[in-house]
Amino acid sequence: MSARDSILTKIRQVNVAGSDDTARKQAVAARLSDSPRGIVPARGQLPDSERRALFEAMAQKFAATISSVADYSDIPRAVSGYLREHNLPADIRIGDDERLAKAGWDKERTLEIRHGASDGGDMTAVSHALAGIAETGTVALASGTDNPTTLNFLPEHHIVVLKASDIDGDLESIWDRLREKFGKGQMPRALNLVTGPSRSGDIEQKILLGAHGPRALHLIIVDE
Amino acid sequence: MQLTSDRFKQQAQKALVDAQLQRALLNVEKGFIGKRQMAADALPEFEALRDNARDIKNHTLAHLDLYLEAYEKKVTEAGGIVHWAENAEDARRIVLDICRKAGTKTVNKGKSMITEEIDLNDYLAANGITPVETDLGEYIIQLRGEHPSHIIAPAVHLNKEQVEGDFRRVHTHLAEARDLSEPAALLSEAREVLRKQYFEAKVGITGANFLIAETGSSVIVTNEGNGDLTQTLADVHVVVASIEKMVPTLEDTAQILRLLARSATGQDMSCYTTYSTGPRREGDPDGPKEYHVVLLDNGRSSMLGTEYQEMLRCIRCGACMNHCPVYQSVGGHAYGSVYPGPMGAVLTPSLNGIEKTGQLPNASTFCGRCEAVCPMRIPLPKMMRHWREREFEKHLTPATARYGLKLWAFFAKRPKLYRLAVSFGIPALSALGGTKHRFRALPFAGGWTRHRDLPAPEGRTFQQQWQQREALKQNVDQKRAA
Ligand code: SF4
Repeated sequence: MSARDSILTKIRQVNVAGSDDTARKQAVAARLSDSPRGIVPARGQLPDSERRALFEAMAQKFAATISSVADYSDIPRAVSGYLREHNLPADIRIGDDERLAKAGWDKERTLEIRHGASDGGDMTAVSHALAGIAETGTVALASGTDNPTTLNFLPEHHIVVLKASDIDGDLESIWDRLREKFGKGQMPRALNLVTGPSRSGDIEQKILLGAHGPRALHLIIVDE
Repeated sequence: MQLTSDRFKQQAQKALVDAQLQRALLNVEKGFIGKRQMAADALPEFEALRDNARDIKNHTLAHLDLYLEAYEKKVTEAGGIVHWAENAEDARRIVLDICRKAGTKTVNKGKSMITEEIDLNDYLAANGITPVETDLGEYIIQLRGEHPSHIIAPAVHLNKEQVEGDFRRVHTHLAEARDLSEPAALLSEAREVLRKQYFEAKVGITGANFLIAETGSSVIVTNEGNGDLTQTLADVHVVVASIEKMVPTLEDTAQILRLLARSATGQDMSCYTTYSTGPRREGDPDGPKEYHVVLLDNGRSSMLGTEYQEMLRCIRCGACMNHCPVYQSVGGHAYGSVYPGPMGAVLTPSLNGIEKTGQLPNASTFCGRCEAVCPMRIPLPKMMRHWREREFEKHLTPATARYGLKLWAFFAKRPKLYRLAVSFGIPALSALGGTKHRFRALPFAGGWTRHRDLPAPEGRTFQQQWQQREALKQNVDQKRAA
C-alpha cells in the first residue's frame, strides 16, 4: 500500500465509523463552495473616511510610514521626495503594473528606473497593492509581472502604492477581490499580506525593525 | 534530536541553578504575557473567535480524509507535487531526493518545527547537503549546535552576550574590533551574512501554518521575511507540513489568523503572511520553478479518535508555554523533547510513546493557565492527566509515588481512618512548620523543598472546616425557617 493510501485508510477508519459517508461528502463540498465567513470583527466595518483613518493608524502602529497624493501623476514626485529625504540613491525597481507605468516617471529626470524581478541590488522598490486591510493596517500584494514578489522582500525600502478606494475593512474582503480577479478556488502564485517593515524579537525578545526583509515600509495612498 | 525527557528532573534541576538561563527566561514574561493580554483585550470578538476556531478544526479533523484529497487535487492543478510521508524517515528521504535532483549542495530553511521533529538537518548534513537556518533565532542556535528551546522564539534561552560570542567565533571574516554590544548590531550582521546565502541554495524548505483545501495553498506566518526569501529565491520550494495543518477555506485561515499572532506575540497581525500556490506561472519574473509539499503523518492519524485528538487543533502559537510556571522556571531544553511546555507534554508522548516521556505530563502544576490562554481551547491539563493515568497503568511511575498513592487510596476508601489520621497529622505538621509556617526541608519531599518552601498546614483540616461550615449553614437555615 502506498503511503498515501495507508494514511487515508487510517484516517477513514476513524472518520467514517458510525457516520453517514454521503453526508460527510456533502458537508465538505458545501463548505468548499460556500466558504462561510465566520466572525468578522466590527472594528473595520466603517464608512469610507473612518475606514481609511483606521487603516492609517494601524499601519503606523506597525511602523509603516504614510503619505498621500491626489492622483497617479503625483507619484513620481512623491517617490523622489522619499528617496531624497532618506538619502537614498535616485534609482528604483518597479514591475509592469499599468497604473504605475502611466504615472509618467520621465518627469523625474534624475530618477533611474529598473524593471522586472529584484536581483538583490536594489535599495528601493515600488509596488502597487491589490488592496489594504483596515482592521490590521495590512497591504495585500499579488505576485506576477506587474508586481514581482522579490520587490516585497529584497530591497531595503519598500514603497507600496495603494488606491484609497481599495482600502477594505477586513481580511475577508481580500478573498472577495481574489475570487473576482482569479476565480473561486484560484490564487495568484503568491499572495503577500504585509504589515509594517520586517522585524525580529529573537535576541532577548526586543523587537527590532529591519530583519531580513525591508527596513522600511512606506505607503503612498492615491486619493482619486 | 536525542530524546532525553526521561531525565527531565535532572535537567530541570540544572536549569534552575543556571544563572545565565534564569536571566534569559525573564524575557518570556516581559516579551509575551502582557502583549498577548493587550492584543486580546483590544479585540472584542477574541473569545468568540476562539470558539469558532475550535469548531473549524473539529470539523476539519472529522472530515480530514476528504479535505486532504481535495487539497491534493488543487495543489496538483496548480502545478505542485504532493508527497505523502507516513513517518519521519519517509519524509527525510523524500526531501533528500528532491535536493539531489535539484543538484544543490546547500538548502535554506525557513523556521519550521516540523523539520525539527523529523531531524531533517542532521540527515541532510550526513548526506552531504548543508542546511542553513535563516530565521535569526534558528540561525543562532544552529551556530551553537543546539535545538530550539521555544516553538516560536527558538533562542529565548540566550542572552545577547552569548550571541555576540557565537558571531565572533563564526564570522571570522569580519573586523574583530566591530561593536556587537547591541542587539541591533547583531541583527544587522546576521542579515548581511545570510543575504548572500539566499542566492546560493537551489532548494528552500519551509513549514506551513495552514494548508488550504479550497485553493491548494500553503501559508507561512513570519516577522523577519526570511521564510519568504527562502521560498521565493530558490529554484525549488519544499513545504514540509503535517496533515493537521489542513483547513477548508481562505475564510477559515482568516478566523484563525486573528488568534495566531495575538496569542503568539501580541501583534494584531504578523509582519508577513504569505499564501503560496504552486510554482512560478507562465511569464512570472520570480518565484520557485518547482513546488513540493511533503504531507507528513508521523503519528497524527493514530491520535484521531483518541482522548488526544484535540491536540491536533494546535496552531503552535506558544502561548501555553509562555504562561506555564514550569516552563518559565526551567526553559524549553529541560523537557528534552522537540516540543516543550504544556503542548509538548501532551504531544511528545503521542509521538514518542509514554515509556520514555512519562515525566513530561508530570511536569505541570495543573494551574490551568495553559488552557485558559490556548486560542484553540485545547484542554491541555485534562490530556496531561490522561497521560499520567496511562503511565500509572503501565507501572511507569516511580515506586515511591505509586506507594504514596496506594497509601492515600487506602485511607480515602476508609473515611473514618482518614479523618483520624489527618486530625493527628495536621497539628503535628503545623507545629513542625515553626513560626513562619513553612518547611525549608521535608523528608521524602526534597524535590519540592530544594527550590521553594512548602507551606505548613495550619488550623483544622478541610473536612473539619467543611463540617463546621455545613453545621453553621443548617443553623442559619433553621433560624430562617423558624
Ligand atoms: S496548545 Fe494551544 S496555546 Fe499551546 S501552542 Fe498549541 S495552540 Fe498555542
